[in-house]
Amino acid sequence: MKAELNEQALLKGLAQNDSRAVEALYKSHFGMIQHFVTNNNGSFDDARDIFQEAMITLYEKVQLDHFALTCQIKTYLFSICKNLWLKRLQQMGKYSAPLSAQEETVSVEEDLDRFEKKDAAFAIMDRSLNSLGEPCKSLLEGYYLNKKGMQELASQFGYTNADNAKNQKYKCLMRLKKLFFAQYNIGE
Amino acid sequence: MEDIQLQETIERYLTDQMSVEERTQFEAIRKTTPEIDQMVIEHAMFLREMELYVNRKNFSALNKQVFNQLLDAGTWTPAAEQSTSFKVIQLWSKYKKVTAIAASVGGFIALFTSAMVLFFFPNINGNQILELSKAVEKIERNQKVQGHILNEVKTKVPENSKLISGGSGFLIDTKGFVITNAHVLKGEGAIVVNSLGQEFKATIVYSNKNSDLALLKIEDEDYKQAKALPFTIRKKSSDLGEDIFTLGFPRNDNDIVYGRGYLSAQTGFNGDSNTYQIQISANPGYSGAPVFNDKNELIGIMSSRQKQAEGVAFAIKSDKLFDLVELLEANELTKDLNVKLNKQKVKGSKNRKAQINNFKNYIYSVRAFD
Repeated sequence: MKAELNEQALLKGLAQNDSRAVEALYKSHFGMIQHFVTNNNGSFDDARDIFQEAMITLYEKVQLDHFALTCQIKTYLFSICKNLWLKRLQQMGKYSAPLSAQEETVSVEEDLDRFEKKDAAFAIMDRSLNSLGEPCKSLLEGYYLNKKGMQELASQFGYTNADNAKNQKYKCLMRLKKLFFAQYNIGE
Repeated sequence: MEDIQLQETIERYLTDQMSVEERTQFEAIRKTTPEIDQMVIEHAMFLREMELYVNRKNFSALNKQVFNQLLDAGTWTPAAEQSTSFKVIQLWSKYKKVTAIAASVGGFIALFTSAMVLFFFPNINGNQILELSKAVEKIERNQKVQGHILNEVKTKVPENSKLISGGSGFLIDTKGFVITNAHVLKGEGAIVVNSLGQEFKATIVYSNKNSDLALLKIEDEDYKQAKALPFTIRKKSSDLGEDIFTLGFPRNDNDIVYGRGYLSAQTGFNGDSNTYQIQISANPGYSGAPVFNDKNELIGIMSSRQKQAEGVAFAIKSDKLFDLVELLEANELTKDLNVKLNKQKVKGSKNRKAQINNFKNYIYSVRAFD
């Protein structure tokens, strides 16, 4: 019972970007993934990448409105990692035998699907932002990513007033949206 | 300058920075101006993706930071215990060559056997060759149809009739029931043509100008009942922003065309709750084409009647098909048709190319004649 409560608290912390929750999850579960990946044709860095992706999957799952985890965090993370690693091995043309693992797994297909879809959108946004050039990229990141106000952005970027900054932000935003939707529609 | 203000207003609206009064005012404008409505929908989608982007980016940074701190503190030893357990792979690479030789020897023997069979029983293949030439004949005929010399060719369009309208349609029941738009069927009768260019005679079973749905039944001895539908007909409504795609015959030939977009509003033009608003480039011939989501579900039927803005189209919601079937069952004249809609989940591939390949045999070009 106590363990269960503890898991709930961890998930709650995770949902709120609490670094202590993230740290606890790394401390208790990364070793298992490291062991699994390095025993199945992977390196330490591979394990790090895979585990980070699994953490993002879990993070985005706990953000959902009707979120429910029907198994232990450990089982969930392991299932995601196993699936991701299997895919990675197949992509590299290395995989041909069942992966060696003793841990139990649950079906995580739906979550992986969601992750992949969001991953594609994320990549498009990232590409679009990066092809904007300066000062557009930093201006929009300042506004959307770092939540800075127009006044602050105006002084940071040397605009005479907030209205000028707004004007510039509008132009940049239009360009970003154009880039984004051009790829978002074609997709895949 | 006006554009900036509009964009800013939309952003304030979407991020809840409006007073109640301003909000009601804006919503009223939104209701009566489809262009603004479309802008709001598009920007909402953009902001959602931006939020996702920001969240993921921040969380990734947090992850990296925590990981590096723990690594520096010596929590794990990165010295990888390099794998020894991959004997199978090692074995495979070792014997790859031998296997390849064995496989090619096997292939050679198989070829040789077929050659011998052909040599001794040449007649077996005679039929197949005949069939092939028939197919060629059919293709030729259809090419002529495209050349608009309709009356001279042996098409299934009755003599002295002219093609007057066309669109797309798709099977909803493999007994030969094809759904299309009512406005596609302007004339007296119709034929349907599959993606291979084969024509089939069809009768109009039902047509309703209000719902813009029509049901055809293929009645042609050449029609072979297809295998079970590779998609489900969705009864529940679909989610905003859902990825969708369509397959239809917007061009004046037998080439099936793929289009992709997203669901942009739960209601159609003027808040019509029978339709969805979708963002897709829609050409007239797409009328009646199926709209799928990526879970092998049919979610709507294209019906591009009320085009208001570039790229905006409307699709009749798939649950209307259930209403239609109910109607047919309730009517004395049509209840024996026994139209069945596939409600079973289809566990097919989610790969788009595979989906298109599976679906295309169930989609038809519909041509109406007078």
